Amino acid sequence: MQILTNFSFQNRSVTLVFSVLFLLPVYTSLTGNEFYLDLVNRLMILAIAAASLNLILGHGGMISFGHAAYLGIGAYSVGIPAYYDINNGLLQLFLAVTVSGIFALVTGAICLRTKGVYFIMITMAFTQMVFFGFVSIEEYGGDDGLVINTRSSFGQLLNIENNLNLYYFILISLVACLFLIHKIVRSQFGLVIEGSRSNDQRMRSIGFDTYRYRLTCYVIAGCMCGYAGALLGNFTNFISPEMMDWSASGELIFIVILGGTGSILGPVFGAAAFVILEEWLSSLTLYWHFIFGALLIIVVLFAKGGINGILTYFGSGK
Amino acid sequence: MDWVLFVTQILNGLQLGVLLFLLASGLTLIFGIMDFVNLAHGSLYMIGAYFCATLTEITGSFLFGILLAIPATMLVGIIIEIIIVRRLYVQNHLDHVLATFGLILCCDALVHFTWGPEGMAIPLPVILDGQIEISPDITFPTFRLLIIITGLIIAGTLYLVITRTKAGMLIRAGASNRTMIGALGVDIKTLFTLVFGAGAAMAGFAGMMITPITEASIGMGNDIIIVTFVVIIIGGIGSVKGAFLAAILVGFIDTMGRSFLDTFLKLIFTAESAETAAPALSAMLIYILMATVLTFRPQGLFPPKGR
Repeated sequence: MQILTNFSFQNRSVTLVFSVLFLLPVYTSLTGNEFYLDLVNRLMILAIAAASLNLILGHGGMISFGHAAYLGIGAYSVGIPAYYDINNGLLQLFLAVTVSGIFALVTGAICLRTKGVYFIMITMAFTQMVFFGFVSIEEYGGDDGLVINTRSSFGQLLNIENNLNLYYFILISLVACLFLIHKIVRSQFGLVIEGSRSNDQRMRSIGFDTYRYRLTCYVIAGCMCGYAGALLGNFTNFISPEMMDWSASGELIFIVILGGTGSILGPVFGAAAFVILEEWLSSLTLYWHFIFGALLIIVVLFAKGGINGILTYFGSGK
Repeated sequence: MDWVLFVTQILNGLQLGVLLFLLASGLTLIFGIMDFVNLAHGSLYMIGAYFCATLTEITGSFLFGILLAIPATMLVGIIIEIIIVRRLYVQNHLDHVLATFGLILCCDALVHFTWGPEGMAIPLPVILDGQIEISPDITFPTFRLLIIITGLIIAGTLYLVITRTKAGMLIRAGASNRTMIGALGVDIKTLFTLVFGAGAAMAGFAGMMITPITEASIGMGNDIIIVTFVVIIIGGIGSVKGAFLAAILVGFIDTMGRSFLDTFLKLIFTAESAETAAPALSAMLIYILMATVLTFRPQGLFPPKGR
């Protein structure tokens, strides 16, 4: 019901947000302020990752504390081929999505047999496994990470060595991913996922094999986040195991919660809030993690629904 | 095979296992009784280590350092429980995870602020700072042996407390049915606070015992806490017995994997590929163990009864 009543507001804000994102490079090229472009690139990549997490966490109720693994896998899918001078972008993206998908399938098949706290801790542990795996492979830089010299190449089609092209490539990816998630959530598949979150037993008793649905959903989210990881690798030109540190997974959850779990733009707002907070707080003090952590505790204890909940609250004029 | 190395590594594995048990038992009790997911348990391990390092410096004695740091860490745990954690019991697991994640960030920043970015070492007293002869050709660091012995004593005491005392009875009752013991007039609020404090003290003690070997550093708790999760998942969340056996198992497998996996792989593969694969594989070994256990027993090896 909430979706229906907020429809016009949601529609307007979607148009507004994407107009701003679309026109931003015009502003930065006029003012010559490239810094904002970088900030927004990071924001959009995080938004894709958070949106994919929101699919399993917000809609499916699967609290994964290991989603950053896919960012890492995606980024290494660009970095490792690039290390061997294989720069074919389509191949790299294909690798990022399939390897992430396979990892999600294998670990998801085990994780989804468990519930609640087990699920949280196991997703965390599997990500740590990948983390330590990459830390101990000296060939690809180990702890120190790996510099990506050349970004993914798409031949004559698109040259993302140009920062502006990369920006629009990421923007289009974001729109496509959000659209895909929107479609998934509204489909029958999405309804089964939502149903299984609120009452798994009931969904099973009316004949849905919810395990398969949830596993499929888990794999889709993994693939999408792997794609975001490939973008991240291209954007930063550098990969390291640090990307899938458990705190990176925590930050993704924070973005999802801050943006609110129920809406299509939530992850974008959450990522924006996160990136701005991070920039602002780290310029204030060396100990900005303290403020960040305290804020996290306060959000959990006092603000239900996150930022998007607050926006929707004002937007719908309640 | 080199038997001297083998026996030494068995003892090292036991030492890691005992340390993991100190962390895991508190975590598993807190979860078992309060249904609370505490990611910040590792922060108490770190705080214990820093307290002990500072107090050892002030008093000039490692023993006094430990004796003062244990109640200090316990106090920190109790304060955290009263200010933040207590409000979270009624909320869901996602909220627990987020709030305690925030708590970790706060603790790391506070430690950074108080003690600076560099780590702190604890010099060992001369009596502990040597090797002890176990058999004519095997020697082992005295302090590591001490860790094993104290750890086993604590495990034994914990077992007696839980099975033989009134407090233990309440803990067991709380783990099997929280609401019921509240209805029977037990002051659950205080019980929760005390269990959280005890968990904090044990985690802090583990931190104090490792500091003379590795030194206290920011984020030291965050690496070990995930291994602790693996331990309590394998053992069955909520079971202290499971935590003990799983901690020893994980300690052994991790230590053995790191020292003998390359030798073992060389029997099957070429020397070169074994050389490359062994470090990565040994780092992943305990997670593979966890995955295997969960495939056959999703609730862990010893799921507590009555849940």
